[in-house]
Amino acid sequence: MSPNIVAILPELWTAIGQTLLMLGIGLSAAVLLGGPLGVLLFLLGPGQSLERPALFGAISWLVNTVRSFPFIILLVALVPLTRLIAGTSIGPVAAAVPLSLAAVPYFARLVEQNLRDVPRGVIEAAHAMGASEWQIVRRVLLVEARSGLVLGLTVLAISFLSYSAVAGVVGGGGIGDLAIRYGYYRFQTDVMVLTVAILIVIVQLIQFAGNGIARRLDKR
Amino acid sequence: MAGAKSPQASAATPAAIRLEGVSKSYRLPNGTAFEAVKNVSLCVPQGDIFGLIGTSGAGKSTLLRLVNRLEHPDAGRVFVGGREIVALGKAELRVARQSMGMIFQQFNLLQNATVFDNVAFPLRIHGKASPGDVFRRVRECLDLVGLLDKIDSHPAQLSGGQKQRVAIARALAPRPEVLLCDEPTSALDSETTRSVLDTLRNVNRRLGVTVLIVTHELAVVRALCRKVAVMEGGEVAEQFSVDETEPYRECRRTALGRELARMAIYADVQNDLERLDAAFA
Repeated sequence: MSPNIVAILPELWTAIGQTLLMLGIGLSAAVLLGGPLGVLLFLLGPGQSLERPALFGAISWLVNTVRSFPFIILLVALVPLTRLIAGTSIGPVAAAVPLSLAAVPYFARLVEQNLRDVPRGVIEAAHAMGASEWQIVRRVLLVEARSGLVLGLTVLAISFLSYSAVAGVVGGGGIGDLAIRYGYYRFQTDVMVLTVAILIVIVQLIQFAGNGIARRLDKR
Repeated sequence: MAGAKSPQASAATPAAIRLEGVSKSYRLPNGTAFEAVKNVSLCVPQGDIFGLIGTSGAGKSTLLRLVNRLEHPDAGRVFVGGREIVALGKAELRVARQSMGMIFQQFNLLQNATVFDNVAFPLRIHGKASPGDVFRRVRECLDLVGLLDKIDSHPAQLSGGQKQRVAIARALAPRPEVLLCDEPTSALDSETTRSVLDTLRNVNRRLGVTVLIVTHELAVVRALCRKVAVMEGGEVAEQFSVDETEPYRECRRTALGRELARMAIYADVQNDLERLDAAFA
């Protein structure tokens, strides 16, 4: 093994842990906040049962606005908020704040799009049986769209694996940060290759797991 | 079922569904209003199988959807089992819908749920039945439509006719008074159409459920319905009993009505010929 790699080996384990921590917090926020937001966006949308054009327009505009920020700008711009929430503006937990904020509208959009693929007739049948909005969300929309939602979450996880590399700017750490600091700035090509290889493996694993779960959930 | 009849419906055959001067119009994309249903009054007697026919765009599906308020009427009143539907609040409407089963052209089953879970759906959302009751009722309903062996299948594993029969079982699970059918056989071939019609007839006969069926297939009306209303341009053009065998052709005002009369006459002649054949054999 090359001396460069041996030198960063202890740091590598920490980096993997930091990456997973950032992803875990970001994806949890996406599911817990972005999920309901996406469902709301769908229900308020044109032709749906809670149709409210003005409210839909406002939420949609907000989602688009947050999503239009380049992530690195969001990262810097949010430093005051990060300090408020995480108590610090550096480290992986701090980096998870802007990461979460970017993930929420991203996932909300993915959820909205997937719910639109649920056939109208199935929702209508549930209405005809006397189901409430909440029952339709829980027993119809989430059931019928579940494999698409898992695939959406897979896309999100992979996008945010690469976003998390940018978190190195605020000392977030992670594998991507390692690649930049050693591989890029110090011209240690072997470290660069190793870290990128690790990222490739993680991406492949996430996609493989996502596809597998989605296939098992899909009975259509 | 006792006590389900309202005091107003004191006639010999109380109305299961009664529409009074119901209208519904839509705003078209170009801004003009389209009157889908114009001031329609209709009475479906309890225990009947009532057909609603018409060319596409005649307003028959809209009329059906006004009964359980999937469409809200602009004017008029709708009574189901003596209860006024139009004035109900959201929660009351949900309760009222339990007594109105509905099946659709595209079946509209949950694809990611088993046949059991599909039929259990209406029982679970109303939350009164214990898991044991749900289990028993689902089996009862699937037995009625002859699909008990498919209880653990997913809809994708069933044929079109089987899917529609699962939909019928689902509609029947909460013991409705009326069953609304929106083109239930239009997506099926003639073979499976027959099995679905047999099931509907069986449901009507054994459970006394009133069936209101929208279709454009005259053969379905002939095979199933006792009475039929012909819709044209959003209005009920005429109503008559399907099995009237007298040559009413001249009296019928609509093309569909005359067509049905002719089919009835042909069937009559066919019967006579068969009887003659049998006599000479």
